[in-house]
Amino acid sequence: MASSAVGSQRGPGLLAAAWLVARKDLAIEFRTRSAFFSALVFALLAVVIFFFAWDATAVSSLDLAPGVLWVIFTFSGLLGLNRSFSLEQADRAVDALLAAPVEREAIFLGKAFANLVFVLAVQAFAIPAVALFYNVPLGGVWPALAGIAVLAAVGLVCVGTLFSAMAVNTRLAELLLPMLALPFFVPIVMPAAQVTARLLAGRPMAEAWPWLRILLGFDLVFLVACTLAFPYTLEE
Amino acid sequence: MLASSTSTSHADPRAAPAPAMDAQGLVRHYGRRRALDGVSLALEPGECLALFGPNGAGKTTLLRVLAGLLRPQAGTVRVGGVTLAGDAEARAQVGLVSHQSMLYAALTVRENLVFTARLYGVSQPARAAEAALERLRVLDRAESTVRSLSRGLQQRVSIARAIVHQPRVVLLDEPYTGLDEVGAAALTAALTELAAHGVAMILVTHNLAEGLALATHAAIMRDGQIVRSEPRAAVEPARYAAQYRELLTSVVASGSMTEVTSGV
Repeated sequence: MASSAVGSQRGPGLLAAAWLVARKDLAIEFRTRSAFFSALVFALLAVVIFFFAWDATAVSSLDLAPGVLWVIFTFSGLLGLNRSFSLEQADRAVDALLAAPVEREAIFLGKAFANLVFVLAVQAFAIPAVALFYNVPLGGVWPALAGIAVLAAVGLVCVGTLFSAMAVNTRLAELLLPMLALPFFVPIVMPAAQVTARLLAGRPMAEAWPWLRILLGFDLVFLVACTLAFPYTLEE
Repeated sequence: MLASSTSTSHADPRAAPAPAMDAQGLVRHYGRRRALDGVSLALEPGECLALFGPNGAGKTTLLRVLAGLLRPQAGTVRVGGVTLAGDAEARAQVGLVSHQSMLYAALTVRENLVFTARLYGVSQPARAAEAALERLRVLDRAESTVRSLSRGLQQRVSIARAIVHQPRVVLLDEPYTGLDEVGAAALTAALTELAAHGVAMILVTHNLAEGLALATHAAIMRDGQIVRSEPRAAVEPARYAAQYRELLTSVVASGSMTEVTSGV
């Protein structure tokens, strides 16, 4: 029964382990769909509420749409991020995960990837909804808009996944996550909204480039910093 | 088998095969409170140490350190002679079971085990999962979601998860909690079979009868130290229960303990 010698078994590599964790999280979300439907319903309701609160004579749709879009992405994303580690806490599955011979950075990357898929799935519904309600022509800009959405989502899920792991052991996890994460979302959401506004207004790409560089820079910083910081959040 | 709260010298590891697990001088603080105070133990293949003690004695902390979930502030843990800290291959030789299932309720039994097997780098994860489920006699529930299983079945699946990668050592933290008599008997049978296959075990429990039924050695922890350790053969259950109660009473009197079930 027992292995003949220590060293006969080796865990998967960093990316392979990350993929295992991500696939498991996505399988659970696909099976339950609870977080996705909550986020989707929130996103669609927010679009409708903003629409009815909108005075079309005071603000043009092209000025309002980028803000609406990024408010929706930010808060609907938090719903999924909150769940990322709470599903590990139920029945202490996190202990089995941490006891496994995989690097903790792999757990972070796997969780972040699953959260990225979640956020992008919500965005895939929210962007057409915003375009429809605010009569925003997506025609030629949708590939660039999709690119910005992916870039911003990377930064959001990195920060959100890290703080989700930190907040999950506290009694007020659902309150704490937004309080911790939202200030760090600002350097991601602000350039993303600026680039989106310029794209929708049909401005030349050169105008959006400085904001895009800020977005790329923060993506990189958050990806590296959060991956390196994550193992320490799991220390008791 | 050796269990104590003092550092103990060992024979040259080249002269004798390494124990399945050994720990030396483990110290772990939570703030100013010392949860482990120089705990040492060694466990040979097939041995089972039943670890008793009041709540707050440090039993769960000890298991979490031995499983690599907590880093000790001093001391070392070795599995098969290899230091656990930072060594993924040594961690792969340890299985962990607690009174919580550590399973994903939304996934099926098979999905849970295959996921664990893959995390441990098992070469044929589906086959290993089936073998573990077969061993715990829950293969017929492989396609059921974990949340649809009774507490007893979940606990058997949890043990199957802990052994799917064929560990040298299985650490069990109050695995009998919440089980009825039938479930407890099935669990005892499963653990007895594991021991027969050479798996070393550390069983933390409040129930003397269940612990002593499986143990080859018994030990009592208090205030982060192993205060008593002896082979099971030297333990006379009724007398042991009386002495254990006496110890617990003294802990209650000192105000640092809450509950216990003797069961003997």
